[in-house]
Amino acid sequence: MDKYEKRVLYTGIVLMAIFLGAILYSSKVMGDDLPECLPGDALAYDKGEVTQLDEKTYQIKYIAKMWAFEPRVVEIPRGAEVDIFLTSKDVVHGFLIENTTVNMMAVYGALNKITYRFDKPGTYRIVCHEYCGVGHQDMAGVIIVK
Amino acid sequence: MLSQANRKIVLLELVIPIVLLILGVWQGLLQTLMRAGVIRDTAFGFDYYQGLTLHGVVNAVVLTTFFAVAFGNAIMEYYLKKKLNSTVNWLSFWLMLVGVLLAAFAIFTGRGSVLYTFYAPMIAHWTFYVGVTLLVVGSWVAFFNWFAPLRAWVKEHPGEKKPLAVLGMFATFIIWFIATVPVALDVLLLQLPQSLGLTPHINVSLSRVLFWFFGHPLVYFWLLPAYVMYYVMLPKLAGGKLYSDFAGRLVFFLFVLFSIPVGLHHQYTEPGYSREFKLLHGIFTFMVAIPSLITAFTVAATLEHGARRRGSRGLVGWMFNQPFFSREQWLFSYLIVGLIIFILGGIGGVINASYNINKVVHNTSWIPGHFHLTVGGPVLLAIWGMTLYMVAKLTGKTVQHKGLAVAVPWLWFFSMHFMSLGQKWEGILEAPRRTNMGLTYLNPDSPLFMPEWVLPSHMVAIGGILLFTTALIYFFVFFRTLAGQKVADPETTFEFPTGETLHDEKPGWVDKLKVWVVVSLILIAVAYVLPIKQAIDNSAKDAPPFKPDNPVPVVQMDK
Repeated sequence: MDKYEKRVLYTGIVLMAIFLGAILYSSKVMGDDLPECLPGDALAYDKGEVTQLDEKTYQIKYIAKMWAFEPRVVEIPRGAEVDIFLTSKDVVHGFLIENTTVNMMAVYGALNKITYRFDKPGTYRIVCHEYCGVGHQDMAGVIIVK
Repeated sequence: MLSQANRKIVLLELVIPIVLLILGVWQGLLQTLMRAGVIRDTAFGFDYYQGLTLHGVVNAVVLTTFFAVAFGNAIMEYYLKKKLNSTVNWLSFWLMLVGVLLAAFAIFTGRGSVLYTFYAPMIAHWTFYVGVTLLVVGSWVAFFNWFAPLRAWVKEHPGEKKPLAVLGMFATFIIWFIATVPVALDVLLLQLPQSLGLTPHINVSLSRVLFWFFGHPLVYFWLLPAYVMYYVMLPKLAGGKLYSDFAGRLVFFLFVLFSIPVGLHHQYTEPGYSREFKLLHGIFTFMVAIPSLITAFTVAATLEHGARRRGSRGLVGWMFNQPFFSREQWLFSYLIVGLIIFILGGIGGVINASYNINKVVHNTSWIPGHFHLTVGGPVLLAIWGMTLYMVAKLTGKTVQHKGLAVAVPWLWFFSMHFMSLGQKWEGILEAPRRTNMGLTYLNPDSPLFMPEWVLPSHMVAIGGILLFTTALIYFFVFFRTLAGQKVADPETTFEFPTGETLHDEKPGWVDKLKVWVVVSLILIAVAYVLPIKQAIDNSAKDAPPFKPDNPVPVVQMDK
């Protein structure tokens, strides 16, 4: 390899290392990480529901099914820190809450979880973003933060 | 020079997918219109998801696999100067063709609307799975047919390095073979038995991790034949010499290493696999960006060398002294335009692989916006250019309407960026991919209507119209060429444009296929043994099968 090729190779490696550093900082130091890895039966539930744990802490257990989220509408107060659990009772579904970093997949037999704090009041629409059959485009939900 | 049997087989393997592609791009057009709500669902007989399945299967699986096999078959005979076993070659062709017909049966009869990713536990008719399997097995048979000629060549040329094109196609199919084994296990042990009603329940997390073991190397299987063209044919077409032969070999080596242990970057937002392994797959994905960065340098250096030989001066003069619009070197435009599209395509890929940043774009329209700049950019243009070139050479005809032929990649460049930008805009606004939005999110009468998605979705639809029109121009040139007068004897005139090398270094271990495979398998073991175990351990129960039109599981015959 001549010197220019070596420079390209090293530049590429350094560039990727910088990107990696930024990702590690934002996910591990700033805490904006991927969903947690839990055993599928860590929290067995067969009904979607919202539970208030203490003043500012909530738990939403979501069930994704063809072609709706359960619960479809959730109301929580502003500033609530919410543990969002998600599973599917049939095919694979997607779960994206607009204007947040919540983006998860719902898989049969598996339990997904992410924690998010809703600081701004408003209506947060949820869409299913994985093809789940003929009614996929109807599958939506909403979180209302007051 | 190609043998008579191989010429016939390669020609069929090139023409059949181009004919099918007419349907594939037609469905692409319809989707952009249906998504935007311009036309309603089932306007033309096919419903949205059926058409989307056809679009994906034809464009991304059938076209790419047939082309890779055809291109490889031609490269082996041409560069090794050995005949391929024609019986085995025909067997491969028929397996692939029957596979396509079976899958087409499932899709056309509406029993295979599971998209080209066929995620469990949604099931299609068994012909869909058997069809896909036969297509893959047929491509394996073609690959196995290349070993004997290579071995004979190595014996006759002790100490010489293998022709770069041959090495590149072996890299392509080594990746393909290693990666299709897990998906074959997924299909044959999990999904097909479930579709047939033999095993009522399967582990979805396991099926998915096996699928993505295959799903990302698949994109390198699409891309590497184009890389072979960039390293072997482009220098000749540009009037230069390949800057470095070693770089080419190193690049293919790095692809074999790092293109496979990366599948979890498609599963960042899924439950069941630990963050540590998702991060590891993310790091490996960054590694696989490096061979593409090397390629960007090598191609640029090659083009600069050619232009300076033609008298270019100064820092940037060489960039414009290229046969961008040359009718004589029309094939050059297909390759260079693909490479320019790949700049944004590659950057998009790095964004998607970036661990937590993926949460911003995962499964939004951004994702098809990204991969239409890769598989729909450099890959498609390389396939189109080389198919037209080879079909003309194989039939002894000259390419008709060369001006139009040169216009196609440039029109495609404009149209594809237009559509992709619209899709990425939709994606940033969090519009979902693979969704018939015209019925709800982009239907003003629906309670789910999202007015802010209207403008970008119409941009996508205009892009779809532009792309479809460009495709029609290509088909016109292609079939006019095919129907043209025979002017040469293909037995003696078939050739690939082959560049010389500027820096010709000894390749050493980079030329050793066995070393590649061993290191690759070690990385795969590190990346995949534990995630597969996690998929099994973390899955609480197995899923029954569902058809796409019914929320009630398919009733099993027994119990």
